[in-house]
This record gives sequence, structure tokens and C-alpha cells, in this order.
Amino acid sequence: MGARAPRRRAPGDAQVSVAGTEVDPASPVLPDVARAVGADGHEVLHPARDRYHEVVDAHRQAGFEMLADLTAVDYLAHPGRVLPDGVAPARFEVAAVLLSVSGRRRVRVRVQVPEDDPVVASVWDLYRGAEAMEREAYDMFGIVFEGHPDLTRILMPEDWEGHPLRKDFGVGRVPVQFKEAPGPR
Amino acid sequence: MGLEDLQHNFLTGRIEDLVKWARRNSVWPVTFGLACCAIEMMAVGAADFDISRFGMEVFRASPRQADLMIVAGRVSQKMAPVLRQVYDQMMEPKWVISMGVCASTGGMFNNYAIVQGVDQIVPVDVYAPGCPPSPEMLLHAILTLHEKIRTGAITRRRGAPAAAPEELAGWVPERPDAVRLGTPK
Amino acid sequence: MTPDSPTTFTRETAEGAQEMASRAATAPAELQREVGSVLRLPEGTVVDASDVDVERGDDETMIINMGPQHPSTHGVLRLMMELDGETVLRTKPVIGYLHTGMEKTGEELTFQQGATNVTRMDYLSPLNNELVFALATEQLLGIELPPRAVWIRMLLSELQRVSSHLMWMATNGMDVGSTTMMIFGFRERELVLAFFEKTTGVRMNHNFIRPGGTAADLPDGWEDDVEVILDNVAVRLDDYDELLTGQPIFRERMEGVGAISAEEALALSATGPILRSTGVSWDLRRAMPYLAYDQVDFDVIVGTYGDNFDRYAIRLNEIRESVRILRQVLERLPAGDYRVQDKKVTPPPRARIDESMEALIHHFKIFTEGYKVPEGEVYVAVESPRGELGCYLVSDGSSKPYRLHIRAPSFVNLQSLPVMMHGGLVADAVATISSVDPVMGEVDR
Repeated sequence: MGARAPRRRAPGDAQVSVAGTEVDPASPVLPDVARAVGADGHEVLHPARDRYHEVVDAHRQAGFEMLADLTAVDYLAHPGRVLPDGVAPARFEVAAVLLSVSGRRRVRVRVQVPEDDPVVASVWDLYRGAEAMEREAYDMFGIVFEGHPDLTRILMPEDWEGHPLRKDFGVGRVPVQFKEAPGPR
Repeated sequence: MGLEDLQHNFLTGRIEDLVKWARRNSVWPVTFGLACCAIEMMAVGAADFDISRFGMEVFRASPRQADLMIVAGRVSQKMAPVLRQVYDQMMEPKWVISMGVCASTGGMFNNYAIVQGVDQIVPVDVYAPGCPPSPEMLLHAILTLHEKIRTGAITRRRGAPAAAPEELAGWVPERPDAVRLGTPK
Repeated sequence: MTPDSPTTFTRETAEGAQEMASRAATAPAELQREVGSVLRLPEGTVVDASDVDVERGDDETMIINMGPQHPSTHGVLRLMMELDGETVLRTKPVIGYLHTGMEKTGEELTFQQGATNVTRMDYLSPLNNELVFALATEQLLGIELPPRAVWIRMLLSELQRVSSHLMWMATNGMDVGSTTMMIFGFRERELVLAFFEKTTGVRMNHNFIRPGGTAADLPDGWEDDVEVILDNVAVRLDDYDELLTGQPIFRERMEGVGAISAEEALALSATGPILRSTGVSWDLRRAMPYLAYDQVDFDVIVGTYGDNFDRYAIRLNEIRESVRILRQVLERLPAGDYRVQDKKVTPPPRARIDESMEALIHHFKIFTEGYKVPEGEVYVAVESPRGELGCYLVSDGSSKPYRLHIRAPSFVNLQSLPVMMHGGLVADAVATISSVDPVMGEVDR
């Protein structure tokens, strides 16, 4: 392929950290935030809602270069979930998965968001990739992300009413032969 | 169209056959691939299944130049007005094949987001079941459409039954376009 | 609403606030994205607010709309572009035209049925979707798979990668103008799909990789079938190399077009060939191995310039690497069970249902009520042909997922499209969209 052949990395090449800082897997960032270990072996942090942005920022500076995923969960039908001590359950949870390319590990940050005030800080200023993910969480759950540049619906039509992934929004099934439409779960 | 007002005699009967032959041997589809069925539709257009032998390999991007809309895939609420707009832009005579179960009835997605059958929006001539229909099934649907073009009287008003009531031996179609298989011409 | 009265659909395809607004109506923070999305750039490359020409009047630029029905948008993607002549300034993808409510549907289906739902998200590599869902469920269940199941999954996953990249090469070739490549790509793909039909029963949307293993064992004679595929693909890849890679028109159209830097890609959470084309050697199969990828030998293909040509070269060579992995799997696939022998999770073989009451009851319970999965939440990711495909699965102890979220790589990769298209020509927009390789099924879910 000539001079522009892609450079192939052999399995033994050292990983270069793009951010310039290495992540030390042994030392947890911000040890005073409640944490647990998830079923997948990843560390899960449970900061309070007002510390969420600070926690994500601290991780970003510690070498977590990428926001892998940001989503929300509605715990209306499952209020009795297991949480670490000191973390009060709320109706919604925003879960962000941070990825360290240089350190090859993930961390999950879960924030409790109450039903009467579904507002949480946006991490768009830290990770630009959060833009579409937060828009989807807003569209599907109605959680408002403060500081997001363009918080509009992304998957549903513009004039849609309601937030489909909430537990009190029915699946919208049409009754067909042999199968009645079920109520909400 | 002038042919619509003609009473059939020998000459215009032959012209009608000629027109129908021309129409069914060069049905040009409009590119309306939505989801997984679109991939099978592309496979039909490729070399292994080859709709070029039916004169249909030219998928027109502009609906003004197309005769057939193969709705290949699930139609979401946001896409429904777009579908109708594209259908309205097509010139008569035009046909619609509803490819796949999602386009025919909503398929496995009986929920808030999917229109339960594209016949809620446009009139459909042939339904092709499958998830996705294999290319052979789509070819069968296309050949059924060709048969429909061949046997349907073009001077018939849309909405009137295909055969005269005395030929149907008492069978009454539920939908005016329905054809009883085996009905003598 | 009768179909024959067109006046009932007078609503235009306008999405209001989701569309691109004129420059006067757009906030400066959003206009800044025209120039770049990375914060904390090194000294000397800091984005100056005065770089953004907010004073450029609305009558100098034109906002055009591409899609959602368009042959080049790889599905129902709607792109609004602001043009200054032929130069693209801002781009805004409007998505949602294929939103199927799959995450909501996933909450209504049991874990055994879940694969039928997720497999239709990324419909060009359905087995990868099933794989990530099955891995997440198995982590919650806490079961470990027999080695044969793991290697069968790896075989199917790599064959899926081959077929997806061949499909990409076909559509990319057609987008750039080479219809021959379209026909060639589909020809190879038919070989792989014929093997899938023999093994799983269907050409697409297989519902074959289920929690606990796979639905059935590989058919007799599969080694010969896979060898035929590998031999043919290896030879014809050289044909494609000759057709496209050295060809001057192709190179002119792809080199330097749609470039993105490593910092931008990381900031925008781009993964897969987009991230690798910028020089970051990030492949989940190597960095955070799943299945048995740490036991096979393969290279991670990395580009240099982050442009369309790099992504083309990466995908072409990834097919070669997949062929290499497949040859190793062919030799080393172990014998044994193709699914875990846990009666509560795995349905019994059909023949046993006639003999044993217990087997009948287990079959009945698994297929009607479903098996209960312990409470918990997991995030599992695999390397799909488009990037990091993740599954965030929350279970409340019942037989249906409480929350099923699929982190779709195309959904996140689409955010890098405005950056890639900025400053380019309108005619390059099609090539750039194609090199991002979006699959709208997983973008919209």
C-alpha cells in the first residue's frame, strides 16, 4: 500500500497515555465518596448530587480520558435496591461510565436524582461526548441537565408529550388477537 | 388518462395488455430502506439474487421517478409523515410493497414508537412477511406484484372490486381491492 | 385517518427545536463547536472566541437538509448542513427516525427472549448485540461458560465482523462512486450469510447467542465451510486492494477528508475505527479482553491521520486480522458443551422433554416465565465493528430486565461527524458519513 500503510502495533508495544497522566489503579480518586464494587468488578461511586460534577472532573484530571456511557434509570417500581450506607435512594439515577484508555479500566458514577426536582449538572463541559447521551436521558426520562448547550428531544418527535422510559409511561401496546394490552408494570 | 374511458374492444384490449406488460417489466423502486429489511433489499439488488433480471435494479433516489415503494423496515412515529410525503410525490401508477413484518403490522414492536403497519399511512398492494424476509421471499412478493399488475384491469376505478360480482359466485370481498385467487378473468 | 386522503398528513417533516437554527439564533457556545470540541488544548492551539465568525450574516450562508430519505445517509439519518458556498460550516444530525422503543420493549421481554430484541439494533452485526446482552446477563447470573461455548461465540463474532466490514466496503465504495465494489462486497457477504443460515437458521437477526451459551451446536462439516469462506475472502481482499487502494481517484477522495485528531475523538467519546484512525491503539479485544481474545494472536490496526482513507485501510485490514483469528479458532475450537449445564438457565434438549417430567417443567418455566436473575447492575462492553458496544443491565431479581440500556457505538460516533465535516466540501459529506459507518438501528434503538 505504499507510504501510507497503516502503522500496526505489535501486542507488546507500551500503551501511550494520550492525556499525559497515568492512572494508578491502586489509589482511588476522592476517597471520601461512597463507593461499592459492582457485579462486573467495576468500582461504583455514589456521590451526592451536588458533588457529581466535581467527582467526574476529578476523574477526568486523574486520567479517565473518555466518557463511555451516560444513562438514567427510573427506580419507581424497584425502590428497595441495595445502596451503600449514607446514600438515600431517589426515584431516578443517572449512571455515567468513565473509561481510562491509558489505565485500561472503568469506573461507574451513580447519582440519585429526586422526582420533584429532576435536575443534575451536565458534564458536557468536561466531556463533549456527553451531549447526545444527556439529550437522550432528557428525552426518555425528563431529567434536566444544567449547562447542556442544546437540551432538546433527540429520539422522539418534537411535539411528543411524556417521557417514554419512565415506569409510569405505558409501553403503548395495541391489543391484538390472543394478546390483550397489558397495563404498566 | 385517456385509456380509462374506453370500452374494451379488440384493439384497446391489446393496448391494455401492452401497457401492463411495459409497466410490470420496468417497475422502478424508490430507495426507502429503513432498517434490517433494507439490507435484504440491497442483497436482492446485488449479484446473488439480482432483481436486474426483472428490470428493477435502478433504485431511484427521487420519488418522482419511481413506481414502487418497498417499505423495508419499521416505521417510527417520527418517520410516518416523511413516508407519506415520499408516497405523495410518486406519480401514478404507483404500488407499495410492505416488506417485513414491521412494515406490515408493526412486527415484534407493538409499542409506542412504531406505527402498527404501514397500511395505516399508505395503501399497500403486497405484504411480504418475514423478519427479515429472505431475498427469495422479497422476489416472490415482487412477482406477486407483477401478477397483480398483469391481471388488474387498469381501467378499473380504484376502490371497485377486481372482478364482476357474477364471476365471484357470491363471494364478497371485505376490502374493495381484494382479489379472489382463481377468479376467472 | 384514511390512507387515501393526503390532506390528513399536512404536518411537515419539521422537528422544530431539533433542527439547526440560523446563526443569529444559535448560542455562542454551540457555534464554538464549529471550530473544535476539545478543552484544555496545549498552548498555542487554544480556541479563540474570535476565531468563530459570529458576525457572518445569515444571508451569506445557506442551511440545507439532507434526508431522512436519501440514498447516501446509510439509513434514516437527517443531516442539516450550513454551507458557505460549497464549504460545510456547521452540521447537525437529526436522528430518531428509526426509534423503536427497544429499551422499553426489553423491559417487557424475559432474559431468554431478550436476544430477539437487541439483535435488531445493530442489524449489520446482530450477533455482537446478542453477545453483549448475553455477557451482561451471565455476569448478573454469576455463571461461567464452558470453553466450547466461548470459542463458538468468538467464531461467530469474528465472522460477523468480516461480514459487517465487507458490507461497509460495499456501501462505502458505492458512496464514493464504485458500483463494482458494491457487487463484490455483497458477493463475499453471501458466503458468510450462507454459513450463518446453516448454523443459526437465518441470514440476519439470528437470536443464536443466548445467556448460557448458544442456541445450538455448530453443524457437521462447519470446518470445511469456514475454510471455504476464509480462502475466498483472503483472495478477494487482494482484488479489492487492487480495485480501490491504489486507485488515484479513490485516494484523492478519501485522503485528507474528514480528518479528526486524537484529542477530539477522545473528547467526543468516539471508539472503534474512528479512534484507531487517529493513532490511539484502543481495541477492547486487546485492552480489556472478553471471550477468549487473550488466547489468540492478532494485531490492532491503527491509523495515523484520522481521515477517511485511514478508516478504510483499518477496516480492510481488520478483515485480514479477523481471517487470521478465524484460522486459529478453526484449529483450536475445543470439544464439549455449547451451553452451560445449569438446568435453571438452559432449556433441556428437545428429545428429553418426551422422557422426563422434570425436563418438561424446566422447559415450560424457562420459556413462559423465564429464569430469575439476581438483583444488581452491570456494564459490559465488547468491540463491535463500529466501536465499543456496551450493555448497562439492571435487574431487580425478576425474570425480566428492569432497565436495559445499550451503549450504541454509532450513536456516540455520530457526534464526531460535525467535526469531521467542518471546513470540507459538500461533495465530501457523503464519503465522510460513510466512513463513520453509522447503523441507524442502533443509533435510534
